[in-house]
Amino acid sequence: MDLLATLQNILSIGVPFSVALLIAGLGEMFNQRAGVFNLGCEGIMAMGAFLAFLPPFFLKAGPWAAYGNLLGLAAAMGAGALLGLLFALVTVSFKAPQGIAGIGLQMLGWGAAGTLFRHFVGGVTGIEGIPTLPIPGLSKLPFLGPVLFNHSVIAYLAFLLVPASWWLLFKTPWGLKVRAVGTYPRAADTLGIDVRRIRYQALALGGAMAGLAGAYLSLCQAKMFADDMIAGRGFIAVALVYFGRWHPAGILFGALLFSLAQAFQLAVQVLGIKFPYEFAVMLPYVLVIVVLSLARKSRMLGPSALGKPFDREMRI
Amino acid sequence: MGGEGARITSLGLEGITKRFPGVLACDGVSLDVGEGEVLALVGENGAGKTTLMNILMGLYRPDEGRILLNGVEQRFRSPSDAFAAGIGMVHQHFMLVPNLTVTENVALGMRSAHRGLRLDMKAVRRRIAEVSERHGLPVQAEAYVWQLSVGEQQRVELVKTLCLGARFLILDEPTSALTPQETDELIALLKHMTRELSVIFISHKLHEVKALSDTVTILRQGRVVFRGRTADHSPADLAALMTGHEVVLPCNACADECGKPLLVARDLKVRGDRGHLALDGLELELRSGEILGLAGVSGNGQRELAEAINGLRRIESGSIELAGEAIANLGPEEVIAKGMGYIPEDRNTEGIVPSFSIKENLVLKDFGTPAFSRASFLRLGAIDGNAEALKERFDIRCPSTKTAAGSLSGGNIQKVILARELARGPKALVAVYPTRGLDMGAEEYIHNQLLARRCEGVGILLISEELEEIMNLSDRIAVIYKGRVLAVIPGKDATKARLGMLMAGVVDE
Ligand SMILES: Nc1ncnc2c1ncn2[C@@H]1O[C@H](COP(=O)(O)OP(=O)(O)OP(=O)(O)O)[C@@H](O)[C@H]1O
Ligand SMILES: [Mg+2]
Repeated sequence: MDLLATLQNILSIGVPFSVALLIAGLGEMFNQRAGVFNLGCEGIMAMGAFLAFLPPFFLKAGPWAAYGNLLGLAAAMGAGALLGLLFALVTVSFKAPQGIAGIGLQMLGWGAAGTLFRHFVGGVTGIEGIPTLPIPGLSKLPFLGPVLFNHSVIAYLAFLLVPASWWLLFKTPWGLKVRAVGTYPRAADTLGIDVRRIRYQALALGGAMAGLAGAYLSLCQAKMFADDMIAGRGFIAVALVYFGRWHPAGILFGALLFSLAQAFQLAVQVLGIKFPYEFAVMLPYVLVIVVLSLARKSRMLGPSALGKPFDREMRI
Repeated sequence: MGGEGARITSLGLEGITKRFPGVLACDGVSLDVGEGEVLALVGENGAGKTTLMNILMGLYRPDEGRILLNGVEQRFRSPSDAFAAGIGMVHQHFMLVPNLTVTENVALGMRSAHRGLRLDMKAVRRRIAEVSERHGLPVQAEAYVWQLSVGEQQRVELVKTLCLGARFLILDEPTSALTPQETDELIALLKHMTRELSVIFISHKLHEVKALSDTVTILRQGRVVFRGRTADHSPADLAALMTGHEVVLPCNACADECGKPLLVARDLKVRGDRGHLALDGLELELRSGEILGLAGVSGNGQRELAEAINGLRRIESGSIELAGEAIANLGPEEVIAKGMGYIPEDRNTEGIVPSFSIKENLVLKDFGTPAFSRASFLRLGAIDGNAEALKERFDIRCPSTKTAAGSLSGGNIQKVILARELARGPKALVAVYPTRGLDMGAEEYIHNQLLARRCEGVGILLISEELEEIMNLSDRIAVIYKGRVLAVIPGKDATKARLGMLMAGVVDE
């Protein structure tokens, strides 16, 4: 067995695996930096995956077929943003407990996507989806080519989102306000910053990104829709934000680690190595839990008002 | 800042009323401040000073009343409106985001540096440099706020407020968390600044009020009870007007009857948060029936000592004994059970559970005892009875004992803690800055309580930076410097000058 070929295989499967986690994780990072954790990420991803699947499915043979994927992406992100705003309404304006509201949103998105799918589509049907876009020249590089430069355009976009998110969070006025609002909302309030508005905006952005992550799964990765296709990725994305200490680079690292572990366990099964596959399947999840529990709890850097609703006239 | 924006020739509040659930915080308050004037706003804890200023800043909406600026009625919906009008406020609690740098904290409020998606940090840095130069307020612009000392943070607050273009400055107890030296510096600085700014200054320390202000307004229970020129009244007058009775801070005049050693620390070594040895071979002996004052500039190990004694911090080496029993490295529960009482430095996070009611906070250490529970069920009747009795005895001012403790004013929170700790009948009591942020009346009350306990035989370790407080109350005074006790002197022999020298680490006889 050629070790290098196996490694290349694992990496070139693992990298695209990480895309959905990365996009959703970066979106969740904005939510949490603003002080709200959205456990409904999973549900938004399900809606995104479903809505992205619909246009290419219905426009398959028609004159508009060329626009199917674009429409799908727009629908997924739009619906994601709306669900983010709904979550904001419930948690920011009505001050509902965020954990419970998140679980509600997860079930809403997941259930609605599955029901609508069975109503409008029925059984499992494939779509053409978004094709991979090998980058001319670079994709022919030995080893690195297939690992890095032979993916769909959304995958490239996802990796560009890492520096873009960093810039947005750390270098723009909006990012500064987001960080302040999630750490010490009262201080932001005394400076005339509208805490609720910033949280609404951050939740809309996070929702749109979760929608996009879902769209990636149906349009690029699976090229079909099934109601359990998100398979916990939304929850993993939430965990990755803690794992990555609310920093884009940390989230990138976490997403890659998790996805490579998953690709590795697939390889273990495919290669027929004598190892109980149940344990192999567990590996990525165990890895995340272990790293999460080992991570240093430096609250100094994170959003310390995470999970707490803000009310100007409440002293406590 | 003079050039920018219109001048503020007069600022007036008219008939401001504000109600919170169960509390009338402001009751038809009117104020007037002219250009270049310094108005001192004083009053007991919970008199409504902070609420009134929050209304002026647009943070709270008043139920009734108006704000007039140069005679024109204003409607401030948010602090940005107040900033735009040239009003700025330094809040009672720091309003700095700890995980942002100083520059970022200023940038947060500086709208002119927000250019769409671009944050003009250069402009912010220039502005900070300009303001700190002009007013002599040096700040470390690139440091994170959590790295700064309390004094530095207070300077950053001032710089931030001035950077936002304040020509009218509201200062809500700016000195309550500062060391005496820092306070003196700040007062000198403010005196300088009042040449070009109008100021409303809130403080419980009347000598600061005397030093700084032109006029003084006294609030009591949400109402203005006095207005006058500062120069015409002595601090004692003002204190009497504030509390409604003459305030006499008590002195320790009891006979010096040496009790047995009660709390003894030997060769104590404890690490601080940053890993250095905060206590480095500390020796301390507290006898029963005495108040031992621990004087020192904060940050010399006081906090670590209090935490080590109360089982909240690990001890590297050395021993602590309470009435002959070793308590070093026991958990807080065991230390409490052995008869230790504790009034912590940070009352909101360590002294009470803010979201719990007053009556629950009053039994926080004892809810498991037969007095308050039977067969694992709380005896709610007994808890209510206890709360009502303590409310009466310690004069806790609250709408009801079911109110969340966190919504009380600072003085009343302190009374809740004191009531809980003293009612348990401790053998020894560690009191850390027990009167910080409290009004004169509350201070008098707490001093009397401590002295009364001392006469009952409780040993009290009083940690404070206020030399006056220490000298008034202590039988003996220990001076802590860099984690060691430099000297212990009898309270009668102490002078401010001698203590000041010792606190600076100078020991020559
Ligand atoms: N947000 C709030 N919710 C409920 N009650 C409040 C709130 N803010 C203030 N109060 C109550 O209003 C009264 C006035 O409080 P305020 O903070 O204005 O007093 P203060 O004069 O600033 O006191 P201190 O000297 O302790 O700072 C108090 O009885 C307080 O319990
Ligand atoms: Mg106040």
